[in-house]
Amino acid sequence: MKADVQERSGAAGAGHAGTDRAIGDVLLSVENVSLAFGGVKAISDVSFDIRKGEIRAIIGPNGAGKTSMLNVINGFYHPNQGTITFKGTKRHDMRPYIAASQGISRTFQNLALFKGMTTLDNIMAGRALKMRRGLLWQALHWGPALWEEIRHREAVEKIIDFLEIQHIRKAPVGKLPYGLQKRVELGRALAMEPELLLLDEPMAGMNLEEKMDMSRYILTVNDQFATTVALIEHDMGVVMDISDRVVVLEYGRKIADGTPDEVQRNQRVIDAYLGISH
Amino acid sequence: MTAIAAPADAPASALDTVPKLLLHNAKRYGSRPAFREKAFGIWQTWTWTETKDEIEAFAIGLKLLGLKHGETVAIIGDNRPQLYWAFCAAQSLGAIPVPVYQDSVAEEMAYVLKHAEVKYAIVEDQEQADKVLSIADEIGTIRKIIYNDPRGLQKYDPNGLVSIASLQEAGRKALKADPAVRKAWLDDVAAGKGSDISVMLYTSGTTGRPKGVMLTQENVVISGRNANLFDHFTPDDTMLAYLPMAWVGDHIFSYGQAYAGALCVSCPESPDTITEDRREIGPTYFFAPPRVFENMLTQIMVRMEDAGRLKKAMFDYFLKVARRVGEPILDGRPVSFLDRLRYRIGDLLVYAPLRNRMGFSNLRVAYTAGEAIGPELFSFFRSLGMNLKQLYGQTEASVFVTLQPNGEVYPETVGKPGPDVQIRIAENGEVLFKSPGVFLKYYKNDEATAETKTADGWVHTGDAGFIDQRGHLRIIDRAKDVGRLTDGTLFAPKYIENRLKFYPEVKEVVAIGHGRDYVTVLINIDLTSVGNWAERNNVIYASYQELAAHPDVYAMIERRVDELNRSLATEEMVAGSQIRRYLILHKELDADDGELTRTQKVRRSFIAERYAPLITALYDGTTRCQIKTEVTFEDGRKGVIEGDVKIVDMKTYPPVKAAVREAAE
Repeated sequence: MKADVQERSGAAGAGHAGTDRAIGDVLLSVENVSLAFGGVKAISDVSFDIRKGEIRAIIGPNGAGKTSMLNVINGFYHPNQGTITFKGTKRHDMRPYIAASQGISRTFQNLALFKGMTTLDNIMAGRALKMRRGLLWQALHWGPALWEEIRHREAVEKIIDFLEIQHIRKAPVGKLPYGLQKRVELGRALAMEPELLLLDEPMAGMNLEEKMDMSRYILTVNDQFATTVALIEHDMGVVMDISDRVVVLEYGRKIADGTPDEVQRNQRVIDAYLGISH
Repeated sequence: MTAIAAPADAPASALDTVPKLLLHNAKRYGSRPAFREKAFGIWQTWTWTETKDEIEAFAIGLKLLGLKHGETVAIIGDNRPQLYWAFCAAQSLGAIPVPVYQDSVAEEMAYVLKHAEVKYAIVEDQEQADKVLSIADEIGTIRKIIYNDPRGLQKYDPNGLVSIASLQEAGRKALKADPAVRKAWLDDVAAGKGSDISVMLYTSGTTGRPKGVMLTQENVVISGRNANLFDHFTPDDTMLAYLPMAWVGDHIFSYGQAYAGALCVSCPESPDTITEDRREIGPTYFFAPPRVFENMLTQIMVRMEDAGRLKKAMFDYFLKVARRVGEPILDGRPVSFLDRLRYRIGDLLVYAPLRNRMGFSNLRVAYTAGEAIGPELFSFFRSLGMNLKQLYGQTEASVFVTLQPNGEVYPETVGKPGPDVQIRIAENGEVLFKSPGVFLKYYKNDEATAETKTADGWVHTGDAGFIDQRGHLRIIDRAKDVGRLTDGTLFAPKYIENRLKFYPEVKEVVAIGHGRDYVTVLINIDLTSVGNWAERNNVIYASYQELAAHPDVYAMIERRVDELNRSLATEEMVAGSQIRRYLILHKELDADDGELTRTQKVRRSFIAERYAPLITALYDGTTRCQIKTEVTFEDGRKGVIEGDVKIVDMKTYPPVKAAVREAAE
């Protein structure tokens, strides 16, 4: 019974670095990416990489281009310049379908759930890409289609169990409190069994207890399913606790990149967060 | 219903331990369900044979791990079949399970685990494992933590933790390799005696440190068997185990009774899904403290507010019918044919759907206990056709002291002594009992044992009460709160207060009488209820103070007090505590002013001091009294309320001698 075991297990206060997780090769890298909407430059010449098995945070003040960056990574936006390399394949831009089918899944800052559907159906929707039977088979709901649904339902039930949302299994998500909706959204992203999980402000608007729970889920997903996580988050305590490396954006530019300790000591980061003008 | 008295085919004396009952049930009811648990959304079932196999493998695994006869094992977690098996597995080796409240924080847990010197901790999941790990050094005796749910625990030190599944795996391997292993285990079970310690249950200890109540195998087995006989439970009966495993109630209901009668125990998927799970399982036997029933009623009422007009009208009409004839029908009293017909239609349209909604469609017996249940709440559920009853018990009794028999349910009593239970009322009004469930002793606390249990086996409950004409026990107060009037008459303030508070117009009551010549009360009216009445009767008022002083309100309260006095006169023990004078307070008692605790309990001594002039007036014969009281507003500012309070003299009645007085013993 070692003390380090306990430390590792406590949710937010854990300190993620220094455990025995294997952080491997580069899984995804963006090189010299620029993105402009008309005259507005959202991202200018940003490069960084995400390694297999790590928890990578993207931080920065409002309007720094964090969400745009995630949108570039999963192919929702197409950059004006630069390349995205995922699992060794270099592309000028990503396509959402390719991103999804190759193992990138995400959650959204403002929730993008099917509000009238139940938790169960929302998470089942995350399995859509894995379903092999066509519309006709599914309408028949017989034989192979039924068998397939049972197999997927099993996977979904494991996620429901993991996220401890059994009690809302059959509740329409639109009526659920915000913190639970966030959890359902994470569940839907997990249903794709992603290699790379993109989380856009997973803890926004949560109270301390909900944040601790969410941190624990993220750490466990990373730890046990070896899922690589890239997350945008404003709560610095959480970011510094759970992430392995942090990239900092400001006005579309990268101003720092490194371990939480390094980033926290970086003068430009301090200035950016304290709002000192240059 | 087929009445199979569970162990009828084997001499009861031979089945004196739970592990022996397990073997018996596996043989006799092998293919019947013993445990159910919802996992991944689907109910999983273990038959008695499978349960026996699981427990056997578990026990052998524990033995291989090093668990020895007489050692203690902590069990911590929500209700899970595996944790229930842990009890029996440990007991089969002669070890003593010590269940711990799963929501207690590590520090609270540390005291119990240390005091009980536990050698192993069997925990549900990572949350509990973390707690035990954080106090393991302090406890010092824990050799290993055994967990059920591996999630998040994979990377923990394998020298410190082991899973139940892997223990069972090791047990199964040993069983397969060597037939002598099974024989040795069966010998272990056979060596168990009824007088062995079966379990140590720590009382929650509202005052002082928790005490470890040691129960014997016989305590648990006989209490379970007697309770099953009392309500005619058979292996067809099923219950949902959702109350803490560390609480004696759950231990007797879901463990003692379940094994003694081969009942089926279902474990909910998670603590948040209990309502849904209850609907799916449809328990025939259910226990809940009053607040659970209160929540159910509130939920129904809130939802009915949103219902359509037709539905609402139907609901209101048939609820009125139920209120009138529901309980008499349940108790088998004569009811006119027309009313029976109305009730049948109501059952079809309203009561049965309501029961189904709450998961009580198959319910045969439900109990409530723990605190006084309001008669209206109690009657509501009974009038819907639910056989809800009260019982009175405590850890030291293996739960059962008194229970309400079918057809003899009175809201104000807690029932008759259970099978083989004897009851005695001491000089000071305290209830004493003697039963097959009486605990052995408190662990490492002979002083407390001597205080609670007399040499000849009577146990002090700490509650004051009396036996009424029908032979039913009525609890009136904590024995230490019971005082005496100057003439020596027993005075139980809480009893008087609760009786008055059951009237909807009365919100709070403070009864005074200890060391006085007669009993007086200070009353707070209930602003919602009385305000409602005022609205309907065109009584105009601007404030609580004005409404409280209104002559019509006084008249209304006077009728209530008079009603109570008449009723008290018929009760031998409390006939002398009839209310001689009362007043209605000019302000509401408030926690902000320190008059109530934050849990809304009256702070008697503080009130006596604050309203000293009123109390003096109650005893010096004046009929009006001026009072100035400082109050704290919600924003923290202070102000003064001044009032002229009227004091009313009440008529008292000579005690009515009880016509029949059944002996309790």
